Amino acid sequence: MLKYIGRRLLYMLLSLFLIITATFFLMRAAPGGPFSGEKQLPPEIEKNLNEFYGLDRPWYEQYFDYLISIAQWDFGPSFKYKGQTVNDLINNGFPVSFFLGMEALFIAVGLGILLGIIAALNHNKWQDYGAMVFAVMGISVPSFIMASFLQYVLAIKLGLFPVARWESFMHSVLPALALATTPMAFIARLTRSSMLEVLSNDYIRTAKAKGLSKFQITVRHTIRNALLPVVSYLGPLSAQILTGSFVIEKIFGIPGLGSHFVLSISNRDYTTIMGVTVFYGIILLSAMLLVDIAYGLIDPRIKLAGGKKGE
Amino acid sequence: MEKLLEVKNLEVSFQTYGGEVHAVRGVSFHVNKGETLAIVGESGSGKSVTSQAIMRLIPTPPGKIKNGQILFNGEDLVQKTDKEMEEIRGRDIGMIFQDPMTSLNPTMKVGRQIMEVLIKHQKMSHAAAKERAIELLRLVGISMPEKRVNQYPHEFSGGMRQRAMIAIALASNPKLLIADEPTTALDVTIQAQILELMKDLQKKLGTSIIFITHDLGVVANMADRVAVMYAGKIVEMGTVDEIFYDPRHPYTWGLLASMPSLDSDDKKELAAIPGSPPDLTNPPKGDAFAPRNPYAMRIDFEQEPPMFKISDTHYAATWLLHPDAPKVEPPEAVKKRLRKLSSNYEKPILVKESE
Ligand SMILES: Nc1ncnc2c1ncn2[C@@H]1O[C@H](COP(=O)(O)OP(=O)(O)OP(=O)(O)O)[C@@H](O)[C@H]1O
Ligand SMILES: [Mg+2]
Repeated sequence: MLKYIGRRLLYMLLSLFLIITATFFLMRAAPGGPFSGEKQLPPEIEKNLNEFYGLDRPWYEQYFDYLISIAQWDFGPSFKYKGQTVNDLINNGFPVSFFLGMEALFIAVGLGILLGIIAALNHNKWQDYGAMVFAVMGISVPSFIMASFLQYVLAIKLGLFPVARWESFMHSVLPALALATTPMAFIARLTRSSMLEVLSNDYIRTAKAKGLSKFQITVRHTIRNALLPVVSYLGPLSAQILTGSFVIEKIFGIPGLGSHFVLSISNRDYTTIMGVTVFYGIILLSAMLLVDIAYGLIDPRIKLAGGKKGE
Repeated sequence: MEKLLEVKNLEVSFQTYGGEVHAVRGVSFHVNKGETLAIVGESGSGKSVTSQAIMRLIPTPPGKIKNGQILFNGEDLVQKTDKEMEEIRGRDIGMIFQDPMTSLNPTMKVGRQIMEVLIKHQKMSHAAAKERAIELLRLVGISMPEKRVNQYPHEFSGGMRQRAMIAIALASNPKLLIADEPTTALDVTIQAQILELMKDLQKKLGTSIIFITHDLGVVANMADRVAVMYAGKIVEMGTVDEIFYDPRHPYTWGLLASMPSLDSDDKKELAAIPGSPPDLTNPPKGDAFAPRNPYAMRIDFEQEPPMFKISDTHYAATWLLHPDAPKVEPPEAVKKRLRKLSSNYEKPILVKESE
């Protein structure tokens, strides 16, 4: 097990290196620079700026410098937010996005799985149809519409929650719900189809032939096996949700990481793009590692290579 | 002998998009205490549906037991509630299925899957159940059972999984074991071992067995009696000797003629029964076997043959047993094995509906 994790960490470093390299060069290949904008800067000032940020040096020097500083967890200064480093941006934005994301994840996973199970156990009955209509709506309604809808109904009309801003837990409920809707609907559908697939298996018939009750069969023999696909979906999902959503953060005025990411791209804020991308990469890779470990714990057929037999 | 199970006029059908499939159309048979009844017949003849009906495992909908009684120890299982059936399944009736590779839950330890039965039906504690699971694994011939209880199905071979299935089915000493083609998915040597194990355990535990197969070859040394099914009906039923040495139904003849026999060394090609079974959505009017029956007479296409009784234990549903029917010779392969059985009546007796 430790050996397996060690090897996976090594692969993660390799993947990260590739991500860094790819973003670095892709960014340079894109037209325009951090200081090109509507207002043309005087050439001397632009030259000074380039010099200050080291953009005038040959690309390989910039590249290796960057690698070294990243290895020291230093993403450099932001080009656009004067006086702030990218580390500052991440340190300020990520906890907010993470908190919101976790809340959304809990909602999405909890409700999604519950809905999927109810639908599957009542296959082709009204509960099933109801849950699936709900799920299709959840998948097809974009999050910004959902966000406005929640704001309108729950905040403005009913006054249950604050409309926007980031001040207390109550402030986080609506954005978390808006953020959770689509993944929840997706998880509900995934759980349902996976449950139905498991229920058609021979070993479910064996369980029935043993005289187990419907409840025992569902809990012991169905859910665990049905959750495997859901678990693998959780890797990319959690990375995406935890690093923040530009749209939701904009609508609710939340100072998270998501807005920095999008803004930095339109601003050509090289260091911020790089920093946030690398950070996103780290979160994604760790989430995937966690998922694989969880998968190995749930499904005994999957031996985490290098691990001992049976855990 | 005492009857453990008596199935009377069982009818099961499935509602499908193409119409109602009459999978089992009035089946009656019984199983005595401690004996083995084999049910043989081609694919689709309704063997599995019959056995699932006994366990009340027919998926409803689309399936439905439309008619009949299933008397187990004198109690009608058709009338039982789901809760009452849960008590009977696994405790009084155990079941083994065809494919051992898919019949066990891949993410649960084999021991745990056996223990479930013991905890549910014998109200055993966790520790006692584990002890017993180890004993059961040893009983079904799995070596190092202390280690094996903690393993998962994928660590077992196919034969071992079927042994584990047998351990599950026999865990609470059921009075009846239903084995639905338990060896079809296994290779020949393993097949023989599993059959040997079942016979052995039956002797030890006194379990009655319903043994479902489409292979007449294994019937001879497994079963006491044989029921031959065709298109949802039992067309002939008798002791093993009666079915093998004095078969009366042309379908049984066909099955016997298509069976490779060890004693005949001439390698004649096996005569498979030509044609295919009827569509059970619209069962034919007369004898369902008539279109494939070289001995079919006009009446076979018009009226269903009644049951005739050839001895106390031997029944067959064919017009050939009617006193007015012409005398016909069975195929060569069957004729060779015919014997005169002393238990036969002078003449086949028409069985009245009420029986
Ligand atoms: N769930 C179902 N829905 C519709 N039809 C079904 C269903 N289960 C069984 N049948 C039909 O019932 C008939 C009898 O099937 P059954 O499985 O009992 O055959 P069998 O004798 O066990 O055959 P085999 O040797 O292939 O196992 C078949 O025509 C089959 O199509
Ligand atoms: Mg079958």
